[in-house]
Amino acid sequence: MNTRTIKVDYLARVEGEGGLHVKVKNDRVVDVKLKIFEPPRFFEAFLRGRSFTEAPDITARICGICPVAYQMSSVHAMERALGVTVGGQLRELRRLLYCGEWIESHVLHAYMLHTPDFLGYPDAIQMAKVYPEVVKNGLLLKKIGNEIVTLVGGREIHPINVRVGGFYKVPNKRQLLELGEKLTLARKLAEDMVRFTAGLPFPEFEQDYEFVALRHPNEYPYNEGRLVSNKGVDIDISDYENTFAEEHVAHSTALHSVIKGKGSYFVGPLARFNLNFDKLPTDIQALAHEVGAKPPVLNPFKSIVVRSLETLYACHEALRIIEAYEMPEQPVVDVRPRAGTGWGCTEAPRGILYHRYTLDANGLILDAKIIPPTSQNQKTIENDLWHFVERAADLPDDRLTWQCEQAVRNYDPCISCSVHFLKVNIERE
Amino acid sequence: MSSSVLCVGIGNEFRGDDAVGLIAARMLQARQLPGLRVIEQSGEGAALMAAWGGAAAVFLVDAVSSGAAPGTIYRLDAGFSPIPAEFFHYSTHAFSVAEAVEMARALDELPPRLVIYGIEGANFDLGISLSPAVEAVLPALVEQMAAEILYS
Repeated sequence: MNTRTIKVDYLARVEGEGGLHVKVKNDRVVDVKLKIFEPPRFFEAFLRGRSFTEAPDITARICGICPVAYQMSSVHAMERALGVTVGGQLRELRRLLYCGEWIESHVLHAYMLHTPDFLGYPDAIQMAKVYPEVVKNGLLLKKIGNEIVTLVGGREIHPINVRVGGFYKVPNKRQLLELGEKLTLARKLAEDMVRFTAGLPFPEFEQDYEFVALRHPNEYPYNEGRLVSNKGVDIDISDYENTFAEEHVAHSTALHSVIKGKGSYFVGPLARFNLNFDKLPTDIQALAHEVGAKPPVLNPFKSIVVRSLETLYACHEALRIIEAYEMPEQPVVDVRPRAGTGWGCTEAPRGILYHRYTLDANGLILDAKIIPPTSQNQKTIENDLWHFVERAADLPDDRLTWQCEQAVRNYDPCISCSVHFLKVNIERE
Repeated sequence: MSSSVLCVGIGNEFRGDDAVGLIAARMLQARQLPGLRVIEQSGEGAALMAAWGGAAAVFLVDAVSSGAAPGTIYRLDAGFSPIPAEFFHYSTHAFSVAEAVEMARALDELPPRLVIYGIEGANFDLGISLSPAVEAVLPALVEQMAAEILYS
């Protein structure tokens, strides 16, 4: 009997703390556990009794990488509970803020965390010695993303300018036009990023996934839409908890999400791209075709190319919003408390982020539910490892461990969010 | 003192002793040292690299977790030697302070002077109070940093 254990105690280059344990017996995988041991964070519990107005700033603290996503899902849920619609330029500014977060997050992950896997470097610092221009361009692009978040969100980390009903303060046209000049450069850098990442070597690996993403009639999704899948899901977000369920597993402090009666599903860039390709501008569609990213993309290792295409889209969309912008007279629409329940689901860089709140007549939170994208992808990550390791079982342990970590990073897991570093552990028998 | 001297306080206000870098930076700001610019950051590496671009001298101050006695003050000159990644243990960012310094070195973009002050923390749990041992060294730390900044 030949047992191998592949074990990574702390996964590097992911946000938060987690580990990975894979057990192989006679070249068959017998166990895979993505272990999340970040302590639970009890956000849902300490939201109870707080005012509806506090949810955007409290939940933004769940994650330093995708605070905008938390703010957006919470304000949409609250506005639905309170019967408020935010339209016009305020809605556009929310999309602009989200563009900034997608650029920041996607560029950080693609260039600093994931590319070294494909090129065989232990980290981006070693890679930077050989590919300094690539890394410099990445840092510049990310910086422009930061500048969007700083201008619209009030500051770069944990933005503070978002409120239920709109913003505290809105930028003027001149401030946005200054950003526009930088975004023209960002767009060029993002095109380079698409071509660069598309030229990386990809392991042959495709799976029959159920992809889940928002879909909106007129736009590539950020804030609004129905939840759809390639295998029959098409629901209003208020039906989320009728369709999806969370399960507790012993090896993780994050809950695993499943589609009821079916099982694992896939959220994030690949899901959005495959389900919303027709909503991308035609020049980005053409570039995707040119670099061989034709939907459906079923190889999760190619998520890095899709992340780059989405970065390009975010630059394009930010430019469109800036050009058409007219400073609204009021930064916020009128919001009055009332009893009710509201649902919000928006596209965080890593995938859909669901919030539900029930409020009393004074607008105090009676109950809160938050389901981050990484916990929704956890089961799919484990399934990928199961199939991937079986195929690559003849690799030596160090190589196999490397590829397992790379496979986890396909999902840009934000373990900080899912509760909150990743250790890989491969056991062979 | 050079006209472009930057102090960056790094930390998370809500994680016990991890706030010490932010608090030290605010104390330095209150001293109104001529020509000193003080900013606060979460420790995300790429943002940090963007923040120190163009500065002639940069002083970072952050909590560390090396196993030494709480309140121990470290002073590292990044120009001399690499910063050990595990030094700034308490960051959940995948690309953090030590990586930013070493990335800047790899790209030949280190500020002409980069000095890092680290304060050994004891408690990094959720909460907004400093450990007594960390609180006790703050005046001496700020004094030491102010003296170095004034003569930089």
